[in-house]
Amino acid sequence: MTVAARKADPQGLDPVDRRIVVETQGGLPLCPRPYHAVAERLGLAPDDVMRRMRRMLAEGAIRRIAAVPNHYALGYRANGMSVWDVEDARVSEVGRRIAAFDFVSHCYRRPRHAPLWPYNLFAMVHGRTREEVKAHVAAIGAAVDDAARAHDVLFSTRILKKTGLRIAG
Amino acid sequence: MDDLDRGLINALQDGIPICERPFAEAAMRFGLTEQEVADRIAALREAGFLSRFGPMYDAVRLGGGLTLAAMAVPEERFDEVAATVDAFPEVAHNYARDHALNMWFVLATETPERIGQAIAEIEEATGLDVLDLPKEEEFFLSLRLEA
Repeated sequence: MTVAARKADPQGLDPVDRRIVVETQGGLPLCPRPYHAVAERLGLAPDDVMRRMRRMLAEGAIRRIAAVPNHYALGYRANGMSVWDVEDARVSEVGRRIAAFDFVSHCYRRPRHAPLWPYNLFAMVHGRTREEVKAHVAAIGAAVDDAARAHDVLFSTRILKKTGLRIAG
Repeated sequence: MDDLDRGLINALQDGIPICERPFAEAAMRFGLTEQEVADRIAALREAGFLSRFGPMYDAVRLGGGLTLAAMAVPEERFDEVAATVDAFPEVAHNYARDHALNMWFVLATETPERIGQAIAEIEEATGLDVLDLPKEEEFFLSLRLEA
């Protein structure tokens, strides 16, 4: 997968930032001073690496630096994409409410494509079984109450491809 | 995986700071050395309990394009269409789902403009309509699954 920003593009990624992204997108070195290890591999000063990463974090280019659990390995074997048709005026409020549930891993507003696709709010729900996912979706339904006109849950039946996002080095 | 590992996974989902010794806080909290924290994370990743440990980058903020796309694929053409879609390097994830819209994939591209082109190319190659469902707003989460 390539998500290469063009270096010549003024809106593109700074070349040094880009090297840091390429070096760390697969993970941080696991040692007591990981940012120093990254700096050493790239031939940069540790303070420069940490300053740049703090800026990317502040700008949102880095969401956070954290453990990403493998839902499946931790026993959360069912995932359902719950989708909701919420009045436009209330979608932000409802989205924030849904995002607060700890079994929701992503929550986005997306465009409708009527009549085929009437839903404008997506929340990915994880559970150990489909029944647990359905119970979670029912809990969301109770919390959003009359703000959602309709909803559905789409269970994944097969993974057809999973390469993840990668910036070209 | 023992209770300490579970505690570490739960604590480290929230993130570590950007500083010289980012594991110092977790080490103190769990009564480990920083090296032991790092070693346990490495072992959890090795064993597959963590898919990764590190910065989570936002493709759009890094100057790329990202969208979720869906197609209604006739059952008898499903495998053929899946092969065509998966062959596009811009397709990062692709899932079969139980709905009339039965194929859902994430497109990640070098530039925002490339999203529209890739969608047009997939429509051309498959003869099927692609719904483009880009994120319009994101609702931020506590995002934690108890390990």
